[in-house]
Amino acid sequence: MLDLSFKERVNEIISRHNNDKKKIISIIQDVQKEYHYLPEEVLVYIADTLDISHAKIYGIATFYENFSLEQKGKNIIKICDGTACHVRDSIPIFKAIYKYLNLSDKKNTSDDMLFTVETVSCLGACGLAPVITINDVVYPKMTPEAVVELLQKYKKEAM
Amino acid sequence: MIRNYDELLSYGDLYKKSLDKQKKKVLVCAGTGCLAGGSLAIYEKIKELVKESGLLVDVDLDKEEEGVGVKKSGCHGFCEAGPLVRIEPYNYLYLHVRLEDCEEIVCRTLKEGKPIERLMYHSNDRIYKTQEEIPFYKKQTRLVLHNCGHIDAENIQEYIGNGGYKAAALALNMTPQEICNLITDSGLRGRGGGGYPAGRKWSQVLAQNNPVKYVVCNGDEGDPGAFMDRSIMEGDPHKVIEGMLISGFATNANKGYIYVRAEYPMAVHRLQLAIEQAKEYGLLGENILGSGFNFNIQIAQGAGAFVCGEGSALTSSIEGERGMPRVKPPRTVEKGLFECPTVLNNVETFANVPIIILKGAEEYKKLGIEKNTGTKVFALTGNVVNTGLIEVPMGTSLGEVIFGIGGGIPNGKKFKAVQIGGPSGGCLIFDENHLNLPLSFDSLEEAGAMIGSGGMVIMDEDTCMVEVARFFMSFTQRESCGKCIPCREGTKRMLDILEEITKGNGTMDDLNLLYEIADTVKNTALCGLGKTAPNPVLSTLQYFYDEYLAHVVDKVCPAKICKELAEITIDPDICKGCSKCAKICPVKAISGKIKEPYHIDKNKCIKCGACIEVCPFKAIKEV
Ligand SMILES: Cc1cc2nc3c(=O)[nH]c(=O)nc-3n(C[C@H](O)[C@H](O)[C@H](O)COP(=O)(O)O)c2cc1C
Ligand code: FES
Repeated sequence: MLDLSFKERVNEIISRHNNDKKKIISIIQDVQKEYHYLPEEVLVYIADTLDISHAKIYGIATFYENFSLEQKGKNIIKICDGTACHVRDSIPIFKAIYKYLNLSDKKNTSDDMLFTVETVSCLGACGLAPVITINDVVYPKMTPEAVVELLQKYKKEAM
Repeated sequence: MIRNYDELLSYGDLYKKSLDKQKKKVLVCAGTGCLAGGSLAIYEKIKELVKESGLLVDVDLDKEEEGVGVKKSGCHGFCEAGPLVRIEPYNYLYLHVRLEDCEEIVCRTLKEGKPIERLMYHSNDRIYKTQEEIPFYKKQTRLVLHNCGHIDAENIQEYIGNGGYKAAALALNMTPQEICNLITDSGLRGRGGGGYPAGRKWSQVLAQNNPVKYVVCNGDEGDPGAFMDRSIMEGDPHKVIEGMLISGFATNANKGYIYVRAEYPMAVHRLQLAIEQAKEYGLLGENILGSGFNFNIQIAQGAGAFVCGEGSALTSSIEGERGMPRVKPPRTVEKGLFECPTVLNNVETFANVPIIILKGAEEYKKLGIEKNTGTKVFALTGNVVNTGLIEVPMGTSLGEVIFGIGGGIPNGKKFKAVQIGGPSGGCLIFDENHLNLPLSFDSLEEAGAMIGSGGMVIMDEDTCMVEVARFFMSFTQRESCGKCIPCREGTKRMLDILEEITKGNGTMDDLNLLYEIADTVKNTALCGLGKTAPNPVLSTLQYFYDEYLAHVVDKVCPAKICKELAEITIDPDICKGCSKCAKICPVKAISGKIKEPYHIDKNKCIKCGACIEVCPFKAIKEV
């Protein structure tokens, strides 16, 4: 549960977008930037403030892949499994990360809340395939070994 | 603030002159690829070294000063060899530049004008000094990408100094109808996939009487394996803005949107910067160049949905709805964004517009082939030596692109297939018999595909085509918005079948069913996503039927990609009998005596590969 202080922040975001219903996607985007996910209370609050139905805001929040209703880890890892990366062997990288962080099909955030892993369809850096990004920093020409080293580095930094 | 045509020209001259005064220029590639390779640090380092050495940097183009210009440019295209640094006036291109090389670059090349051969492109004992000599560049015609890699992408003065906004100034002195006619005459066709004539689209919007109209630039670029639009938006953002401005004037629209996908933060940043600069210079806003015409552009960011690249889904997304396509008609030109007539074009389409205005239709048409004029940018990726961004005249053959420019297949492997167009462009997979195929809208349409946005993924002999079909189907299945049943259910069923085939459970009946579903989905789906979803399946069935048969009948994967069709065996000559494999095997399929070769029971083995990883002697292999 969030405490009620979120309202002030959310109000500020909504008014930055002129209380405009049509800007709902940008509003949700900004909220997600703030909290790294979309807490239910906040979505309900936005819907009520903008006078749109809860169903509609839930529909939008679940339609777009970038939105998450679950809390995410501190670092967001995006593994590209687009065509270019796929033919240059992105799957072993994917497996190495999952193994290292002890993740599964149903669980994509590590227990220590340090990492959330997402697969994306193309990061637009196909010339350097296979590619991953961590917090939007692009790491090119990955190998299973290099990626584990990279994660170790991030882990160390967090400690 | 530039007030009219003449002022624009004199500013252009001024900036050009001071650009020329920068006797030497260092262009550090700041495209996504090279940034990932650390080009920003290289830029800072060179700048610092140049400053220390007393050569001037940071020359303000408003003043005429002499010195060395150190710039961050857009993508040079040769991403494989990044980070790239280009040095003018010598036109040297340095590849794989590291921080340690910077000092030498400044001392030797900038001060003494000498080349550093170690950093240059080598092939067959030949050293290619200038960028223009390198085969990768030599065989290209860089028209749309002309500025990418040659100017500072974050500086409007450089764009203006290189003739930027002159096309807009000329267009503002024409009538809207004249512009539409010119674009029609040039034969420009949409570069986003469909190849619809841009001039015709504009004329249709111009003919609408609605007081409010919009221009929308489609920068969603969701096709995996494509980054053409990204590089244009990042490397030459003003060209896109100029194209949209001209389109706005030609259709009486006063507001533009650029829809950029969320995965492209750098493109958003550069476009935002470019829009602000254009406003400051009076090239966007009210009464542009004294013409009385007003035009503003706003950026809308996507949130990760491939289907939003489709026109009606894209406009719904800008309107704050779920991005789902709707039934047409009414078409976007009649009822598009906010129910108003809308020009929707692709990034590259808009980037062609200023070129056409400046060159004229006749000159532009000389490039390319009949009914397919101009150039096309392709992203060359996958199993190819020179991955990167290339631009060739329409009609260039597939083989020339893959082998001439792309340099063929790496590691001595054989070429197997090329996938073109991405899932929305009617992704087709071609085999080696198609290397003479000219790349144009019409030739590809005849072959059953569309040129698509321009992603081109090359696959070598180690690629399993059934697995590739499965891969694409899992993509479209995931991205299907679920509105129409053929696409929602059909892609799911096709994916199920393909998965079973790759697991060795497929039957001949499955293949027939696959044909049947593919045919139904193709003919009944609501939007382009569903209509083209079966293409990867149909084209692999057509060209690589043998591989399907191998999976279905012989239960083998010829490329050895499908894990569950592989067999894992222990080489008795290498095995030392340490028993590590037997201990890790989760299903107890491995047995044997210590210090004697172990053995895997095929019927029990689930091919998880755990034993392969644990074996200290590398005695266990998949065959
Ligand atoms: C599923 C789907 C995805 C699409 N994605 C894109 C895209 O990412 N970029 C694009 O320019 N066009 C895309 N298109 C094509 C657009 O619908 C539209 O035809 C195009 O933007 C029109 O511009 P053009 O005439 O300049 O090509 C897509 C179409 C479909 C059906
Ligand atoms: S396919 Fe991975 S970055 Fe494009």
